[in-house]
Amino acid sequence: MAKKPIEPFLWALFSVGGVVAAFLIPIHLFLSDLAFPLGWLKAPGYESALALVRHPVSRIYLFVLCSLPLFHWAHRFRYTLYDGLQIKHLNELINVLCYGAAVLGTAVAGYLLWNFP
Amino acid sequence: MAETIVLEAARYSPEHHLEPTFQNYEVPFRKDWVVLDALNYIKDKVDGSLTFRWSCRMGVCGSCGMMVNGEPQLTCATFLAPYAPGPVRVEPLRYFPVVRDLVVEITDFMVKLQKVKPWVIRKDEKPLSEGEFLQTPQELDTYKQFSMCINCMLCYAACPVYGLDPMFIGPAAIALAQRYNLDSRDQGSKQRFDILAQHEGIWGCTFVGECTKVCPKNVDPAGAIQQYKLTAAKEWFKSLLVPWGSR
Repeated sequence: MAKKPIEPFLWALFSVGGVVAAFLIPIHLFLSDLAFPLGWLKAPGYESALALVRHPVSRIYLFVLCSLPLFHWAHRFRYTLYDGLQIKHLNELINVLCYGAAVLGTAVAGYLLWNFP
Repeated sequence: MAETIVLEAARYSPEHHLEPTFQNYEVPFRKDWVVLDALNYIKDKVDGSLTFRWSCRMGVCGSCGMMVNGEPQLTCATFLAPYAPGPVRVEPLRYFPVVRDLVVEITDFMVKLQKVKPWVIRKDEKPLSEGEFLQTPQELDTYKQFSMCINCMLCYAACPVYGLDPMFIGPAAIALAQRYNLDSRDQGSKQRFDILAQHEGIWGCTFVGECTKVCPKNVDPAGAIQQYKLTAAKEWFKSLLVPWGSR
């Protein structure tokens, strides 16, 4: 192969992002949007939640949770634009917008989590 | 008078028509008739000029695939009864050029099929005297469902990706490539890699899954494609870590 295609890498990110989005995000939605507000589970206090997020392992976990689903979205949205709107000829622009947004989101998540007090 | 049902058959003769038209035929409505029986009734008794392909009438040859009320179907395996009181619209397979009436031009598929080398490839053929290649039932199970493909092309007529991009190598060809890649007797997976692991190969697929839904033989081409995406992605990472490797 003369030029290494990037497609397998993008698909792998899409695939892993899909797993994270499908398995982990519902747990967070359940906890923060249902279980805590409805009182099914006792919500952690501010101090203990803060201590949890400050832990390096939590930061890595949150980084993965924010970043990978963005790449899942980017890949899916790219093909939605290709096939749904049939604008495949704008391939390069679409790639830059979709994966660029995912990279930007990842950078913002990394920045916030790194600088979290 | 016996019950009847109307078949709206697509008619097209490139020499005479600018575009396909529909012709209505009233045929007897019989519970034990499939759409192909109705077409053969028309051909024999009503209008000998109606043109369509068929051969075995028992879901083996894969030549009678057509669009029945907009869905790709083997007409020999599609009963008229569920479409009562009709009409039943019969059209040639979608996304293929039409030769005449309900007959499509299949060269595109035949060329793609050849490209994936759907046969057992050996590095060295052993002499007959050494006997057959043995295979365990477990080894057979890994590829058996893909070997059920009858090349009827319903999956191509169902695939919106093929509709948008005719370069896409398509569901059946990839499933058949996997049928041989997964065969313990085969050693040709490297020869099939470059044709499969390109944009017009597996990466073009967006996992719509219609191919698997319409397959009359319960082959799972969508599954084969996703399986191979994982294989190709693993190869990609392997070649990243070991660039001097074989591929």
